[in-house]
Amino acid sequence: MRRERHAKSTSGIGSRVWRSFVGTLTIPRDDRERARLTLNALLLHFRPARLPVGTLRYTHTFGLGGMSLVLVSMLMLTGVLMMFVYEPSPERAHESVVRIEEGISFGRLVRAVHHWSANFVIIVVVLHLLRVFFTGAFRGSRQFNWIVGLALLACILTSNFTGYLLPWDQLSYWAVTICTGMLSYVPGIGAWLERAIRGGAEIGSATLIIFYALHTTVVPVLLVALMAWHFWRVRKAGGVVVPPGDGHDGEALRRKVVFLPNLLLREVAAGLLLIAFVFVVATFIAAPLGSPANPGMSPNPAKAPWYFLGLQELLLHFHPTVAVLAIPGITVLALLALPYLHYDAELSGRWFLSAKGRRMGIVAAVTAVIVTPLWIVADERVGHANRGLAGAHPFIVQGLAPLVILLAGVALFYRLVKSRYAASRDESVQALFILLFVAFAVLTVTGIWFRGAGMALVWPWEV
Amino acid sequence: MPSRQRKPSSAKPSRRSFLVWAGIAAVLAAVAEAIWVVLSFIRPRPARTQPRDARDAIVVAGPEETFPPGSVTAFPEGKFYLVRLEDGGFLALHRRCTHLGCTVPWDASAQVFACPCHSSAFDIRGAVLNPPAPRPLDHFSVRVENGIVKVDISKPIRRRAFEPSQVRRL
Ligand code: HEM
Ligand code: HEM
Ligand code: FES
Repeated sequence: MRRERHAKSTSGIGSRVWRSFVGTLTIPRDDRERARLTLNALLLHFRPARLPVGTLRYTHTFGLGGMSLVLVSMLMLTGVLMMFVYEPSPERAHESVVRIEEGISFGRLVRAVHHWSANFVIIVVVLHLLRVFFTGAFRGSRQFNWIVGLALLACILTSNFTGYLLPWDQLSYWAVTICTGMLSYVPGIGAWLERAIRGGAEIGSATLIIFYALHTTVVPVLLVALMAWHFWRVRKAGGVVVPPGDGHDGEALRRKVVFLPNLLLREVAAGLLLIAFVFVVATFIAAPLGSPANPGMSPNPAKAPWYFLGLQELLLHFHPTVAVLAIPGITVLALLALPYLHYDAELSGRWFLSAKGRRMGIVAAVTAVIVTPLWIVADERVGHANRGLAGAHPFIVQGLAPLVILLAGVALFYRLVKSRYAASRDESVQALFILLFVAFAVLTVTGIWFRGAGMALVWPWEV
Repeated sequence: MPSRQRKPSSAKPSRRSFLVWAGIAAVLAAVAEAIWVVLSFIRPRPARTQPRDARDAIVVAGPEETFPPGSVTAFPEGKFYLVRLEDGGFLALHRRCTHLGCTVPWDASAQVFACPCHSSAFDIRGAVLNPPAPRPLDHFSVRVENGIVKVDISKPIRRRAFEPSQVRRL
């Protein structure tokens, strides 16, 4: 380094500026120089200088983590642009969004990019979570990064939820009314919680300003900090999990290649494709904007945004305390505990653990696809009829009893597949995860496409 | 974490430990203050539109005889319905569904308040006909002074079930 600097001290100002940025004078020519560039440049030093060739295969990670990063970056860029025009007050919010749409060149496109990136990022982050889970990349040195990832997921959901209110149209007003109303069912502190998040008894200017501050400052700062932590943990774990391979095959997969250009080129290509895709969608499908919020009239049906419809579907079947507290609470605890359970084998890097794991996963998915709709329809037909009649406390009839049945059913399923397949705990936990995830997906699909006016069950073409 | 190294021959252990405790106390105080500041910023504030004194919270609905028995009249500014039951009693019902807070419209032909959001239904007295709503519609206290009906909208009153005592009779 020293010798190099000495030798180049006579060079012109252009090359000195370049060197002060990236630390080397020339475009690197061989692997050693490329590795050094990676270590020295600020943005690249997050990345490994060399990495196992086996992790480069696209089907190993599908690049989902990188895609999340690209989408979050696009959200921040378009979001900051909109902040120059958007006005967070009930009287002016809707009007200012109309101004973004109609009064500003490319305003419609920028808002649509924000809208579609926000929706896609949820899908991509959840797929990333599934990738991490199914390749077993949450064990050992990666345990804690799973927790950081869950915090990132919480940030993404909060961003979407708080952003949803900002256009202040009928849809956003009532969706946020319903979602914050759910909080009032938290035992003990529910009423306080609901008032705190709304800044008053009803959705109004206080709510809008709270959501705006969260959406444009608090959550983005948290996101950036957590993402930096997340990437650092990936580095500390020695990069992403390496697919196992036996003997000669394994050697080949673990052979190291330099990051630059092998991984960087792939990442840039995938990122550009994703950006192009979002822009194409945003060009042809504008972000929706309904009529301004009217507190006097709820639209029918009043649905939460699509990613909360699974939760809203639960509300139709369980007592609210169970639907908004018990079930989500158990889910979050289970997700947090997942990396810290005792597993029989330390399998990492292989999709779905084993052939048996794959078969059990299919059984679990099919079970969920059959049982969940049956439960929904049965509860709709039978439950509704005698709910009002039962003399007992509604919390027991609509809350505790179905919850116990549900938990017993899940436990039974776990027992059955474990003994039927003589499976390891890893494989059984994976089957359980698939069962619950697919059940939640079915609930979400029901909420999106099978709920019509008055939240009655209908066919998608009747919605 | 490496185990902490205590110097065995520390000359004045009491002064050192005092400083450590004072330091910890100062940090805790700073954290508590920071939390206090944050909480006072995010605590619910009274909305600007909320009536400040008691007089603003009274909505004068009108003379008693303008409300025939069995009628439901909406007062959008006051966010309530003035109900006159068949027996002549008055009841002011909050228009907010007790399930998750949608605004319930009155369906005169079916004689129900039918919530558009999750199909809760309430009868003319606000009692639940159809869940998921867990309790009857909240109500406001009604007064009749010199034949003029007045509703105090400062605070919705929660109730477990419909009771005849909730109805204001002449
Ligand atoms: C993960 C990050 C983010 C997500 C998921 C997200 C999500 C959303 C959503 C769903 C909307 C509603 C837009 C619509 O469809 O009508 C919205 C609006 C908005 N967001 Fe974001 N956002 C993010 C980051 C940001 C950032 C970083 C800023 C600014 C610094 C920002 C500023 C805005 C503004 C001003 C609006 C109102 C304009 C409109 O409604 O179109 N957002 N956001
Ligand atoms: C904004 C959201 C997120 C971003 C930007 C992000 C980004 C990334 C990136 C770039 C990687 C490197 C490997 C890859 O691309 O798969 C990664 C790995 C990882 N992520 Fe995320 N992630 C996010 C959310 C999550 C979530 C929700 C979870 C799970 C709960 C999670 C858990 C992990 C774990 C455990 C790894 C290490 C995987 C391995 O070593 O193979 N992340 N993340
Ligand atoms: S808000 Fe009225 S039924 Fe849900």
